[in-house]
Amino acid sequence: MLVTFPHMGNAYIAMKSVLEDLGVDVLVPPPCTKRTLELGAKHSPELACLPLKLNIGNYIESLEKGAEVIVMAGGCGPCRFGYYAEVQREILRDLGYSFKMVVLERPQGNVRDFVKKLSMITGGKSIMQVLASIKRATRVAVMMDELEKLCWQVRPRERVSGTVSRLMQEFHSKAYKARGSRQLSALIGEYKNKVSRVAVQEGKEVLRIGIVGEIYTVIEPYVNLSIAEKLGCLGAEVDKSITVSYWVINHLIKEALHLYNKRDLNEASYPYMRSFVGGHGQESVANTVLYKRKGYDGVIHLLPFTCMPEIVARSALPEVSRQYDIPVMTLVLDELTGEAGYMTRLEGFIDLIRRKKELDKAYEEVLPGN
Amino acid sequence: MPKVGIPRALLYYNYFPLWKVFFEELGAEVVLSGLTNKKILDDGVNCCVDDACLPMKVFHGHAVHLKDRVDYLFVPRLISVEKNEYICPKFCGLPDMVINSIEGLPKVIDCTINLRDGNKSLRKAVLEVGGLFTGSLSRIYNAYQKASAELADYERLMLNGATPLEALNGNGPPPADYQYSIGLIGHPYNIYDNYVSMSIIEKLRGRGINVLTQDMVCKEELDRIAEGFTKPMFWSFGKKIMAASSYLIDQRNVRGIIYLVAFGCGLDALVGDLVERRIRKKGVPFCMITIDEHTGEAGVDTRLEAFIDMLEWRDTQKCL
Repeated sequence: MLVTFPHMGNAYIAMKSVLEDLGVDVLVPPPCTKRTLELGAKHSPELACLPLKLNIGNYIESLEKGAEVIVMAGGCGPCRFGYYAEVQREILRDLGYSFKMVVLERPQGNVRDFVKKLSMITGGKSIMQVLASIKRATRVAVMMDELEKLCWQVRPRERVSGTVSRLMQEFHSKAYKARGSRQLSALIGEYKNKVSRVAVQEGKEVLRIGIVGEIYTVIEPYVNLSIAEKLGCLGAEVDKSITVSYWVINHLIKEALHLYNKRDLNEASYPYMRSFVGGHGQESVANTVLYKRKGYDGVIHLLPFTCMPEIVARSALPEVSRQYDIPVMTLVLDELTGEAGYMTRLEGFIDLIRRKKELDKAYEEVLPGN
Repeated sequence: MPKVGIPRALLYYNYFPLWKVFFEELGAEVVLSGLTNKKILDDGVNCCVDDACLPMKVFHGHAVHLKDRVDYLFVPRLISVEKNEYICPKFCGLPDMVINSIEGLPKVIDCTINLRDGNKSLRKAVLEVGGLFTGSLSRIYNAYQKASAELADYERLMLNGATPLEALNGNGPPPADYQYSIGLIGHPYNIYDNYVSMSIIEKLRGRGINVLTQDMVCKEELDRIAEGFTKPMFWSFGKKIMAASSYLIDQRNVRGIIYLVAFGCGLDALVGDLVERRIRKKGVPFCMITIDEHTGEAGVDTRLEAFIDMLEWRDTQKCL
């Protein structure tokens, strides 16, 4: 039984870890390419959001390679993601593929339901084994995000530009072949070491940019056109408000156990957004405020075209930007996003915040506070 | 007498009788915005986030239209109106969107209605809104009772085939001799707003066709069908639309289904696809019409005429 799942940035590493530790044969879909997107866009509803289309492309490419089971996450609204699996199943069925789809949903109150579904894929493994492998995979996801974070910090400072990106390319091609949590964490450790030893320009002043928005567009480099890498090469250190490990820990584990604390979120997004709106809409507004408080120079807001929660966030961000004096740029992504136009906007934004930083500094020197 | 402005958009078509009677019983004057027109739509487009869906822009336009004429603007935060369901993310953030996008608003009444986990928040919202106008709990309670009864009457008229415009005047559907029925589904604020839908109901009726919408089917029937979904549909309108499409085909013998979709509507994108696949498998003609702020009426008329011609042609073929 060959199991596959859709891509979302480095999430495949955590998925590989949990499934392979349970003795499941995993087929990681080929990395997203233009073909993936074209296949997805062709067979999906026209106005569906971009992640749904890319998921379809991933499934088709995996099914072509012989995958038999698709593992997908679910949800209970109000964001469209919760109904993805239903729509995707029908699309693939109507295309004539035969497969089994297992939808892992956040358990409504008890974890047992979730574990039961997992054991449908894993066969006779005990609940304890399943829980232990989830725990190890969470650890792997955290390590992976630490590695990415390190890359974001080193990239704008590297002496020979492109070193980090080359190392990461090497890493991903090895990660596709590694098996289980042990090999994966060893590999991540090895590359963390390599990246931290990349020669950097000491004391270089870099801009700091926070990335907020819809989780898939923030995390998946194919849709955001490797925004972290591009900004890094332009001399900016980035931070993403949402990562795979954040999602696993907060939304899969803590929310299921009713431990997810939203007090900070509600405080930061008040009064611009006073309610949960599904997806990560409220988080986008809150994190923009939090980035300002942490001293970041600018925020980039990403969303797929027609994303419902982020449209609400988008209506609040201009006001947040004005009140908190932090530049915010919104980029809407869809299957027609052109790279040149996108690059120009990123360069423009970087120039703008660099200029703003200089001006702010000049003001401070001319008009010292008391 | 304080003036409360109610935009004639979004859930106006579902709850207006309730809101009107409630505010009037509490001694407020209800000011309703005018019928949607080009000016209102343009105002909405100008102040709303550009990738929001058409009905949101229409709502913003109505809010602009009202803001200088009233003391309060009623923009409730309707998160959920059914257990375990939602309306849509934009409804959860509607007051925030309006407040962030429109300048110079009067006081906004943005009570939260969230029936997802039970009825508690409804009571709180009723008391909160009522408290703005009176200190008497019994007066608020009576106003709400009376308003609920008014809403029930309104819904009964709709079940009998009246459109909201007819039902609001206390009328049933106009007596007419229709040749056959077709199903018209979509969000109520799209299909009943004559400017947005380009009077689709009147056009179809004018051709001698009886129009049945999801609001003309009783809730119990729809809930029963929705229980058969592989996954419970968590959007109240999505559930209604999906269940109604199969009910109208199986029980009411409609000849075809027209789905009116608003450009940029997240629900319609997914629900539309699911509905279309189901209807096509049943072999029933299906037409999806997408409307946006620049829809040309002639194009829509052509598609409607072609669809009707096709239905009628199909009928003659069956007789042979």
